[in-house]
Formats: sequence, structure tokens, C-alpha cells
Amino acid sequence: MAYSEQVIDHYENPRNVGKMDEADAHVGTGMVGAPACGDVMRLQIKVSDEGVIEDAKFKTYGCGSAIASSSLVTEWMKGMTLDQAGEIRNANISEELALPPVKIHCSVLAEDAIKAAIDNYKSKQ
Amino acid sequence: MKLPLYLDYSATTPVDPRVAKLMCDCLTQEGNFGNPASRSHVYGWQAEEAVENARRQVADLINADPREIVWTSGATESDNLAIKGVAHFYHKKGKHIITSKIEHKAVLDTCRQLEREGFEVTYLEPSTEGLISPEQVAEAMREDTILVSLMHVNNEIGVVTDIAAIGEITRAQKVLFHVDAAQSAGKIAIDVESAKVDLMSFSAHKVYGPKGIGALFVRRKPRVRLEAQMHGGGHERGMRSGTLATHQIVGMGAAFAIAQAEMESDNARIDALRQRLWDGVKDMEEVYMNGHATQRVSGNANISFNFVEGESLLMSLRELAVSSGSACTSASLEPSYVLRALGMNDELAHSSIRFSIGRFTTEADIDQAIEQSRNAVIKLRDLSPLWDMYKDGVDLDSVQWAAH
Repeated sequence: MAYSEQVIDHYENPRNVGKMDEADAHVGTGMVGAPACGDVMRLQIKVSDEGVIEDAKFKTYGCGSAIASSSLVTEWMKGMTLDQAGEIRNANISEELALPPVKIHCSVLAEDAIKAAIDNYKSKQ
Repeated sequence: MKLPLYLDYSATTPVDPRVAKLMCDCLTQEGNFGNPASRSHVYGWQAEEAVENARRQVADLINADPREIVWTSGATESDNLAIKGVAHFYHKKGKHIITSKIEHKAVLDTCRQLEREGFEVTYLEPSTEGLISPEQVAEAMREDTILVSLMHVNNEIGVVTDIAAIGEITRAQKVLFHVDAAQSAGKIAIDVESAKVDLMSFSAHKVYGPKGIGALFVRRKPRVRLEAQMHGGGHERGMRSGTLATHQIVGMGAAFAIAQAEMESDNARIDALRQRLWDGVKDMEEVYMNGHATQRVSGNANISFNFVEGESLLMSLRELAVSSGSACTSASLEPSYVLRALGMNDELAHSSIRFSIGRFTTEADIDQAIEQSRNAVIKLRDLSPLWDMYKDGVDLDSVQWAAH
């Protein structure tokens, strides 16, 4: 399968790979997917008292498109408010990465991960 | 563009230059281009002689009589002809067929078709090492069983079926025994007399011959009958009509003759290369060789790198031409049905790579494969939340995953 340049770039140089302390009250963690399905994403956000995402980290087990989708959203989310981040849609991701139809589910998973991280953060407040 | 390093010899092999030369001599006006079925002139006679010489070369590799070799377009057609041909000829005797869950699709899809036609098929489960035992075959046998079809060597994991022991059982019960030998011919010694095989499928392109040609061994004593699947001229004693492709057939014959002459030296070298590959990666944590440790062919190394997803691994290994145990082409990724049948969990099946080594692989190639595999696995594990969890001592089976 041919990958787009954007996917290869994020795959070769993934942004914001890492892990934050899940117990920290400022950190929201979203883990979505399942190993049996071939992709698991863990997305974490660090939110300031003003509700702005100061930092974002990810780790992903999955194909190149899944890795690129999660890498891309960590870049986008930094500096966004929670509401802004919650408005990121899978279509934005798949468009930016030029994902083929069979890989759209990777962008859906990334959108789910954002929502899960935000929900997790909110549940801690 | 620099081509990736070829380590996918189980998928296909390049034609040996010695074979290609002989094939080219059967194409042009100056060459042996005649129709082997032409009886009235020397063009036909010469072509027929070349075809019969190749038939003998194929028969010699497996200790058969040349009259027991039927040319086909490849192992898929041979499997179809053997299984459908037997089923359609012997259906009045019984409608039960025994095969296994890890056969090639050419056998499985053919069996599915026969099920639609009213036949019953038993699919044997392999052991966790990928083997089907003779006892399993004996137990599955019924009054109305007409055929047992099993592969000699599995294409994904390279394990070898004990066809001699199974042939004893089928012969004693007067049940026909078909063996798909696409992955074993030229790699391990085959003797259709001592192993009581009735039908055997072959392909040329797995043995450094051309694509588009194969053969089916059809035993004469005791005689095996088939209903033809292709009609039109009654070539190949009525079992497979169609003008014989002299150049392809000559290529297959030559490839099989070379395989016979060089099997021992090729195997010793390839076995050492496979060991070198395994030695180069086995010290990494959570790395497994799939399939039985010793009952296997030398060229195949199917290795699982746990906590790394197969497609991203292939993306990192783009300088290697290898194949993966999974294909992420649909919304839900499908792990290999062969690895799954061994009882392997989906994650591990997704994490497997088949390296297959052949006649033209060198030590330097293997060293390059080792280095690239190690780098890719380290990189992807750094990215993998599953690896993190494993390192933190989390039991991944205890996690409630949101399947999608």
C-alpha cells in the first residue's frame, strides 16, 4: 500500500511520543482500541487551570496511519481549549493525512481518543 | 530506485538463469516452438520430446512414473483438479472429505465449493506447533470418506506433515490421499512410493521455475480416477485439455532437475542462514519462532515480535521484501488464519513476519535483515502502549478493551 507523504512524515518522526502521570489531576488519559483489532491508542493531555491544553502525549500500537493520526492530533491539541479540542473530527484528520478509505477507522479512533482523554480529565475535576 | 532485499521465497522465486535460458530456446521461429500435439511434422515431434523429457524430470524428483504426471497451470489448478476431480468421480462411493484448517486457500476454497454441492468436509485442527497427526486423520475417517487432502509443508510456518504415516492409514482404508506439495518439492525428499500418496500438486515458481505452470501426480497403481475440470481436445490423457506450453513445461522440468541435483547443498546453506537470522533476533524480549522447532523446511522463519503491530513493522522494514501475518486492509484487521488455528492470540498473530530464504540469499542479506528488524522493533516498542503496559507488569488479557 502506498502511504501519503504526511503519513510517512509522522510515522518517521512521530511528535509528542510519551507518557504522563495518570494520577496527576491535571492529566486526562484516553485509551481506545483493542489489541485484537490491531490498534490501541493512548492519548494524554495536560490541562491548565484555565482549561487550555498545555501538553499532549501519545503512544500507539497500530499501523502507520494509526500512528500518524495520533501524532497529528497531539500537535493540533496543544494550545487548544478543551472545547476546541472536542471539536476535532475524524474528517479533519483523514483529510490532513490523505488517508485512503480503508484507513478512515484510524482517524475515527484518534477522535475517540481525544474524547476519552477530555472525559477522563473532566471526571477528575 | 534501490529495490528492497528479497526475503519472500515462499511467495515466489526468481527463475534460475539456467532455467530461463532453456525456456527462451522454446519460443521463437528458430527455437522449439511447435505444438507438442502436432503429429504430422518435426516441429510437433521436437516439442513433444521436450515436454516428455520435462515430464520425466518432474517424475524423477518424486520417484513417480512419467505417465503419472499431468501438466496444469500451477498448484492451485492441481489442487482443484485433484479435489473436485476425485469428488465428482467418486461421489457415489461417499461424500466426505478430510482436510485441515491450515491448508492453502486453493484447497480450502475448493472444499467450500464442494460443501455447496452437498459434500461434507472435516477440517482438522493443528497442534499449537502447526502439525496434523496421523491419529487425528484416523479418528476423522468415516465409512463415506473418499479423500484426505493435506499439505506437505505449510506456506506460512514451514512445518512438515508426516505424509508417510498418513498414507499408511488412507491406503489401509482405501481412501484417496492428496498432498499439496507446492512448498515442499525440491526442498525435502519426496518419494510417492514409500509415502503412499495418490495425488500430489506441484508448482514450478516456488522452485526457481516460471509462474503459470504446475503439475499433478495421479497414481496409476492402484489407479486413481478423476473427472476432468477442463475439456477441449483430451490432452493429458483426458484429465486436462489445452495446448501444452512447451517453454513453461521445459522450465519446470529443468527447475525440478536442478532442485534434485542441488537440494542437499542448497538446504545446508539455507538452514545455516535461517539459524543466523534467528540467532540475530532471539535475544530480544518477547520474540517467538512459530511452528514446530525441528519438523520444518529450512527456508522459512515465521517470527512474532510481540507488542508490535505487523503492518507498521512492515512499513519500517520497507527495505526488506517480507510478508506479514496480518493484512490491515479492512476496518477490522484480519490476522492470519493459519497462526490463529495454532491457538495464537490475535496480538501475537498481528505481530508476525514471515522471512523466507532461498537459493540467492547471502549472509550479508541476513545480517541486514537482522539489523533492520531489531531497529524497527525497538522503535515501534517505544511507541507502543502495550509494550509500556507489559513492562509495567499489566496483564493485557485482564484489560477490558473496547473492541471496534
